[in-house]
Amino acid sequence: MSIFLDENSKIIVQGMTGSEGMKHTRRMLAGGSNIVGGVNPRKAGETVEVDGKSLPVFGSVAEAMGATGANVSVIFVPPAFAKAAVIEAIDAQIELAVVITEGIPVHDSANFWAYNLQQGAKTRIIGPNCPGIISPGKSNAGITPSDISGAGPIGLVSKSGTLTYQMMYELREIGISTAIGIGGDPIIGTTHIDALAAFEADPETKAIVLIGEIGGDSEEKAAAYIKANVTKPVVAYVAGFTAPEGKTMGHAGAIVSGSAGTAQAKKEAFEACGVKVGKTPSETAALMREVIANL
Amino acid sequence: MDLFEDQARDIFEAHGVPVLQGLIADTPQEAEAAAAKIGGTVVVKAQVKVGGRGKAGGVKLAHNPEEAKAAAEAILGLDIKGHVVKRVMIAQGAAIDKEYYFSVLLDRSNRTFLSLCSVEGGMEIEQLAEERPDALAKIAVDAVHGIDLAKALEIAKAGGFDDEIAAKVAPVFVKLYDVFVKEDATLVEVNPLVLTKSGEIVALDGKVTLDDNAEFRHSRQEMERDQLDPLEAKAKAADLNYVKLDGEVGIIGNGAGLVMSTLDVVAYAGERHGGVRPANFLDIGGGASAEVMAAGLDVILGDSQVKSVFVNVFGGITACDAVANGIVGALAKLGASATKPLVVRLDGNNVEEGRRILADANHPLVTVVATMDEAADKAAELANR
Repeated sequence: MSIFLDENSKIIVQGMTGSEGMKHTRRMLAGGSNIVGGVNPRKAGETVEVDGKSLPVFGSVAEAMGATGANVSVIFVPPAFAKAAVIEAIDAQIELAVVITEGIPVHDSANFWAYNLQQGAKTRIIGPNCPGIISPGKSNAGITPSDISGAGPIGLVSKSGTLTYQMMYELREIGISTAIGIGGDPIIGTTHIDALAAFEADPETKAIVLIGEIGGDSEEKAAAYIKANVTKPVVAYVAGFTAPEGKTMGHAGAIVSGSAGTAQAKKEAFEACGVKVGKTPSETAALMREVIANL
Repeated sequence: MDLFEDQARDIFEAHGVPVLQGLIADTPQEAEAAAAKIGGTVVVKAQVKVGGRGKAGGVKLAHNPEEAKAAAEAILGLDIKGHVVKRVMIAQGAAIDKEYYFSVLLDRSNRTFLSLCSVEGGMEIEQLAEERPDALAKIAVDAVHGIDLAKALEIAKAGGFDDEIAAKVAPVFVKLYDVFVKEDATLVEVNPLVLTKSGEIVALDGKVTLDDNAEFRHSRQEMERDQLDPLEAKAKAADLNYVKLDGEVGIIGNGAGLVMSTLDVVAYAGERHGGVRPANFLDIGGGASAEVMAAGLDVILGDSQVKSVFVNVFGGITACDAVANGIVGALAKLGASATKPLVVRLDGNNVEEGRRILADANHPLVTVVATMDEAADKAAELANR
């Protein structure tokens, strides 16, 4: 098993015919993902050849799902059109919508999130501004390189894309059940807690690495959740100890205001809940290797 | 982007929020003319993005243009908590009966919007929240439904307004929500929102933060008047995500999280090497090309505080060979003017090719190191020489 994404996942790509969409469709296919088509209303009915595979382009997510049985959509639509694309996926009640797009206005994210709740939250949204989700050896929905790590017992959830890659790389000899990049925006669909709950329920996941960064209170909430609900060992890492107050560090969400949201506060919250926190990515990986050795 | 009060006032006015006349002035003479134009008693207010202006002497009442000129003379150039006043707003005076508080903002923790409201405005909201938490209503606002008149009345009642005043402020709340949505703001705050002696509701001050991600649907270039650090301005012109810090080790990496992590690892390494610190945050992004790498190096090598540079890349989408070519190309372009040592750590996509390119170039300033920790240590050591 794995969480949210497995070998049975049938993936469509919204924005497949754009340059980013095409590049990553090719990479996902090469990595073994079952991509069954794309969506672009202006190119409906056409087919796109990708490395010898012929992919149909549909006019809408609902149409694509009807024709292919797709249950996952990866969204590469540019920021100005991303809200409409996500709402279309929600309306089609697709199981999982992975929003890769970076730079979506936060009002748009707030809107599609509120809309999803209103529609009964039938669609799990990952992102926006994230690398997506990969269950190595099974499927990859997003832009994570497919070959960093093979399958294994570690579940990984991270706010940051490249730190996800770094941590997968550090732990490649043990392997990953699923790695999810939840994204660094202020409003995101899937949270640290959602991933923790799913990893706790997944028999294949034996231990969990959680990566956070400055800003917001997602890590503090996750710490409390772990204490109350998670029986599997969790090791955490938090980036941004040296970030100055009031400066945005790349991610729209990574800004420290006042004492709330600092890396130190997050580290203390984890430690108060019995979660070990690595000082660096390599130390975090070392802590996880120790955990695995003692299982 | 945080707006100055005068910018917030203008935006409020454009959306039909009741405001008083307000004119900006950069010199005492302009202040005098503005006061004459408005007529009567005016308030001269420092335009700085920091609270506590009044206590710092940044807000003065003036009964005529001469007094306005004198007030502007006293306020312009004042240092308020590290912010030097370069501009004042001359605002029409108001006969205030009551002061209220209203704001609507992004509630990240609950993934929705939130309205804060209180019939007890005027003082700093943090102080009100601490001293009289019951007096500050916090009402969740659904992003799809927004604030209509019914919701505005609910907020006003929760904030402690009686029916009569609630009926007066509610339409203003609706207009302020309009500002919040149509301007893509993450914060719209009015403190104080006042009831004048003649019974009108007026937004007397305004704090607005705009979402940078939404710039594509607004034209805001001319609104930016913060003076950027010259290196930050250069980086911005090259479309780089750069923040200047105080240390000696220049940092370039890909991905916000990895770069933040790199800053931390360098700071830890610095503890072993004379306390050197990271000199900047620079994220060249997920799909960085050789050109972007070169532009980034150009900015960092232009920082006179920088003693060494650490390039830390995990190739996801970015291929390590492109990064390596960017480094080699930038050094070739800079020629003899490049004198600072570079420590490079590459992993991931096409790493062998990237390392080969750097090995072949064999540039005397470049050291390739295998891991992030070792590279941080080396960069800190070089910065401490």
